[in-house]
Amino acid sequence: MKIHEYQGKEILRQFGVSTPRGVACFSVDEAVEAARQLGGDVWVVKAQIHAGGRGKGGGVKVARSPEEVRRAARQILGMHLVTHQTGAEGQVVRRLLIEQGAQISREFYLGMVIDRSRQRVVLLASSEGGMEIEEVAAHTPEKIYKVWIDPQKGLIDAESDEVSRKIGIPPAALAQARTVLQGLYRAFVDKDAMLAEINPLVLTADGRVLALDAKFNFDSNALYRHPEIVAMRDLDEEDPAEIEASKFDLSYISLDGDIGCLVNGAGLAMATMDIIKLYGGSPANFLDVGGGASREKVTEAFKLMLRNPKLKAILVNIFGGIMRCDVIAEGVVAAAREADLKVPLVVRLEGTNVELGKKILAESGLPIISGSDMADAAEKVVAAARG
Amino acid sequence: MIVSILIDKNTRVMTQGMTGKVGQFHTANCKAYANGAACFVAGVTPGKAGLSYEGIPVYDSVVDAKAQSGATVSVIYVPPAYAAAAIDEAVEAGLDLVICITEGIPVHDMLRTRYNMLGKKTLLIGPNCPGLITPDEIKIGIMPGHIHRKGRIGVVSRSGTLTYEAVGQLTALGLGQSSCVGIGGDPINGLKHLDVMKLFNSDPETDAVIMVGEIGGSDEEECARWIKGNMRKPVVGFIAGITAPPGKRMGHAGAIISGGQGGAETKLAVMEECGIHITRNPAEMGRVMQQVLKG
Repeated sequence: MKIHEYQGKEILRQFGVSTPRGVACFSVDEAVEAARQLGGDVWVVKAQIHAGGRGKGGGVKVARSPEEVRRAARQILGMHLVTHQTGAEGQVVRRLLIEQGAQISREFYLGMVIDRSRQRVVLLASSEGGMEIEEVAAHTPEKIYKVWIDPQKGLIDAESDEVSRKIGIPPAALAQARTVLQGLYRAFVDKDAMLAEINPLVLTADGRVLALDAKFNFDSNALYRHPEIVAMRDLDEEDPAEIEASKFDLSYISLDGDIGCLVNGAGLAMATMDIIKLYGGSPANFLDVGGGASREKVTEAFKLMLRNPKLKAILVNIFGGIMRCDVIAEGVVAAAREADLKVPLVVRLEGTNVELGKKILAESGLPIISGSDMADAAEKVVAAARG
Repeated sequence: MIVSILIDKNTRVMTQGMTGKVGQFHTANCKAYANGAACFVAGVTPGKAGLSYEGIPVYDSVVDAKAQSGATVSVIYVPPAYAAAAIDEAVEAGLDLVICITEGIPVHDMLRTRYNMLGKKTLLIGPNCPGLITPDEIKIGIMPGHIHRKGRIGVVSRSGTLTYEAVGQLTALGLGQSSCVGIGGDPINGLKHLDVMKLFNSDPETDAVIMVGEIGGSDEEECARWIKGNMRKPVVGFIAGITAPPGKRMGHAGAIISGGQGGAETKLAVMEECGIHITRNPAEMGRVMQQVLKG
């Protein structure tokens, strides 16, 4: 689960990391008022959306008077901010962060992720602040330093100072950097994060070390023990179909094709999308109904797919193991009737009680096209989608 | 001694979380498969010692269950919030092998558990996996037993139903399986493709291996590089998720392309370069294996 920059900074401050003073705002008037309250003579008006690359897309502006704050807030609030992470339609800006401007003398990069091979949390640090870390990794990988953190000891002072020196933090600021690095690690572990980034971390002209940005992604499997993180969820930033799916414990992801897929199991669901593509079609979604696909779940899954105006055909691909094919077939028939299906439906069933399942489909009176195996089903659904 | 791989008809198993609905259902199914009645000898649920289920006695702790029943392997169906602690308990008790079926364990819990396992002898399969089976001998997990046939092909996979798909294709072509291992779809897990591949390589009962991977991480690439220099048996490979968009978790917690890494095309390219017989068609895994075996 992702959160906004201003929320990420709240978390960082709880763990001792300094940030510029700022206020989250939902309207232009609030933005101007925030600038007055903050004081000073330079402010930064920052669009709050979950995607990165906001600056390049015109979502971050520097203002030197309350009037300029008003103008910038007016421009940014409500805009469709397009970045390399939003897709062509962009993301509507509904929230702003108004911050005191900082006099930057140097910029750095800090990131934290889970290294799957080494099974450790790894700190990534670089002198190349403000750039996308993927770019740095591609062109100057030697400028990224990594520290694999021992979970028992945490990030110790010596490790923190060593990596800080390597990225060019001056000796006078090492103690401040230690507070940042260790605070970031404690936040990462305490809050069950999967990813955290401070990009850039800056050294100001007056020698302060500040987090100028904050990005977090949390483990959705651990949200049950973090109501404070769940409270930060912004549904405006998420796909409505994916939100709806999560209510029914369905795993759904919208794609841009026109063939809906309903599958049991994540691996088979991905493979089903792949085989549709292989046979010349284009999948409209990823949809895993899970191992215990009940009639209710299958019905909700059909409704979800049918919300998509681009949908031209549906492929149901079920490998019935513990879940019997006759039960699945009954669910599909009931769901197809209830959802008033108007597009061609191809069903491939395999596994326990498959013959009985096929018989139920055939005798339903519904125009269901039967696929004998995955390849046959994919070929038929691609043909059906072409009409 | 390893006959087939990891488990056989002489393995003695305890179920952690046996008194729950899921644990009961699958323990009954496993007990009914091949030598299951002799293999499944104990259950563990704290506070429920003295009860029994399907004639299998329940103990309060893994230590008790091991001492009383002689089981050296455990299978875990404990809910996600408590599953990592259940693995820790099995490791502390010195079991040989732990198979964790549970899906949805917080990743930081698994990081701590894997750290605690350093230097210990216990092997872990999963979490978030279907388990493993040696056809006609023993099944530990949630896979449908009847789709398997005894034979000489090994299967290793990160997915559940996609493993059944591969097994179903093999069986339909008359190609039986030596062992099938689901290593699970989580980012932090126990045995990886590479570990299982090494076992298959030295297993006299296995002639060839189907390796099913998916997007996310670099386990498949690491396994492929080892295969290139060491594997004496042919390997057929498939990677799910060629059409998966970056940055999205595709059902499995570990199935995500992040920071430009973990994409299916990269994995397939490395696998092909390392001599694995790859297919991009998930309906062809069995047929490709058949062709490879014909030479």
